Amino acid sequence: MTDMTPQARSRRDWMSSDARANIQRRRRRESSLRLLGLSAIGLAFLMLGILLWTLLSDGVQAFRQTHIAIDAPISAEHVDPADPADGNYRRVIADAVQATLPDISDDQMKSATKILSNGAQFAIRDRVVADPSLIGTTLRIRVPVSDPYDQLNKGQVDTAAPESERRLSDAEIGLFRQLKDAGRISLPLNWGLLTNTDSRFPEQAGLRGAIMGTFYAIMVCFAISFPLGIGAAIWLEEFAPRNRLSDFIEVNINNLAAVPSVVFGLLALAVFLGWFGMQRSSPLVGGMTLALMTMPTIIIATRNALKAVPPSIREAALGVGASRQQVVFGHVLPLAMPGIMTGTIIGLAHALGETAPLLLIGMNAFITAAPDSPLDAATTLPTQIFIWSDSPERGFVSRTSAAILVLLAFLVLMNGIAIYLRNRFERRW
Amino acid sequence: MEDISLSDRAAGQSALPVKVEARDVNVWYGDKHAIKDVSVDILDKTVTAFIGPSGCGKSTFLRCINRMNDTISTARVQGLIALDGQDIHDPAIDPVQLRARVGMVFQKPNPFPKSIYDNVAYGPKIHGLARSRADLDGIVEQALRGAALWDEVKDRLSESGTGLSGGQQQRLCIARAVATQPEVLLMDEPCSALDPIATAQVEELIDRLREDFSVVIVTHSMQQAARISQRTAFFHLGHLVEYGSTDDIFTRPRDPRTESYISGRIG
Repeated sequence: MTDMTPQARSRRDWMSSDARANIQRRRRRESSLRLLGLSAIGLAFLMLGILLWTLLSDGVQAFRQTHIAIDAPISAEHVDPADPADGNYRRVIADAVQATLPDISDDQMKSATKILSNGAQFAIRDRVVADPSLIGTTLRIRVPVSDPYDQLNKGQVDTAAPESERRLSDAEIGLFRQLKDAGRISLPLNWGLLTNTDSRFPEQAGLRGAIMGTFYAIMVCFAISFPLGIGAAIWLEEFAPRNRLSDFIEVNINNLAAVPSVVFGLLALAVFLGWFGMQRSSPLVGGMTLALMTMPTIIIATRNALKAVPPSIREAALGVGASRQQVVFGHVLPLAMPGIMTGTIIGLAHALGETAPLLLIGMNAFITAAPDSPLDAATTLPTQIFIWSDSPERGFVSRTSAAILVLLAFLVLMNGIAIYLRNRFERRW
Repeated sequence: MEDISLSDRAAGQSALPVKVEARDVNVWYGDKHAIKDVSVDILDKTVTAFIGPSGCGKSTFLRCINRMNDTISTARVQGLIALDGQDIHDPAIDPVQLRARVGMVFQKPNPFPKSIYDNVAYGPKIHGLARSRADLDGIVEQALRGAALWDEVKDRLSESGTGLSGGQQQRLCIARAVATQPEVLLMDEPCSALDPIATAQVEELIDRLREDFSVVIVTHSMQQAARISQRTAFFHLGHLVEYGSTDDIFTRPRDPRTESYISGRIG
């Protein structure tokens, strides 16, 4: 203590211009900080808005598909009732075009056939195989139109442009208008986007194969990374001695979470495909690759969730004579479960959108059949988006955006589940 | 230590048998020497209070008796601690089972975030003390009655234990500890988080628990030690300075440090 009394120093005058300037300065700083924060958030929202707007305005086209109603006479001459699957459906299509547009020249026949999607014959075949009694009758069926006409119907073709710069000639456009006036053209919701598999023709291309592939890959990823991740986290958090080795493991797990995903793809390529010779492009390998990536995330999330359980609960259980294992499985783990589930779902959502490692193990192949098991070759949603974004057909532009919207919908769904689980099971004490 | 040998002998002459015997116990936390050569005999069916200033090692010593210090990786315990004459560090003794025989109640009420029933039934369940559901119901009721909580919670046994008031939570923790029918009950400042009314209830309870168990209580409150204990041990800087009957410690302390502490000059 010094001898200086409070009176020895002159009292601060809180009303002086000096003090007021100080207040002014402080308030200015606070308001500018607030403004900065607000503008950062505003910018983030603006970006998100632009992203969603671009995707929606492009993708909305792909949620509807132009269809044409045709009358297809199924003659026994082209389709053998004994073996309807092996019929000559190209001829059936020709007959159908003839029946639908009776008064056109042979010249126009060719371009009229091109209005129909290449898949039209298969649509008719499937109907006839399902119901062979159709043979000998005329089937009225709605089939997708091919991509150029779909674009035309959606107003994506500039009919004012010189004819040579368009994919459709004036005559072709005239023919389509004629069909439209006859009420044969419709624009229903495009369920095919979800129920069809991939195709070279945009009007038939759908995401079923990619959705199934993603489903299997995520299931495999979950089945591997969840138990292993939780097991590793429990050992590290509850049982491992604190020494150099456990520090080293901890640092490496944290680093592993930051390793670029493409590196995991290379690892999978070398180990799973190279050494073990597993099936290329299969969701099994994809899921295993994603599991490598997800595991550090799950370990870190689980360790944090375990750390958040108050030590008093552990002491209480130990105090009544519970073993370490009983403490962990009876008390700590159930309390940490909401946090673990949230972390796991966030990790899986991350894996859901992962593209690079899957490209390396060949999940970007052109595959027109949906996988029946995790062992079949398949694509996933992000790799399908990658394939479509690379395709030249006009129809794939909107389909790429639509596929991204489908992927985003799955992400929102998974995050929604994570938030629900957190709120539902979170305990407070 | 020299200065406690007299009271040691006094304990030996007492009518009650020795329940826990400690000889030259030393505890280190890493490099910190927390307990220095403590020897003490804790009697059966007696409330023994450990008093002393903060950081004097009384809680540490308490945690040696049920080997809770084993769960701290840096802690090292040396010396003999015997329960009914058997060394608790003997490899034949399972530390987990030991904790069922030596129950513990903590400073902060820490019920499991489970129902009141499950809180009390947990110990008996994991140690296989109940043969049937009805048996378990009986154990739970007896433990809750023993903890003077039964009448307050009998109609809401399925409600969460964390929804009770602080005093009720601590009595629930006591019920949980007595449900495994321990021989010794360790209490680490059980009233420090409670209001005076809840404290009075818990103190009353401790007095009744003495009929069945040997109770060891760490407390910061000298009044509490004087009220509820029959024997008192005064710890200072890791040493057991003085141990004897509570009356003697508070009225005729032999060591000047004890006198300073109980008269409020240190601590």
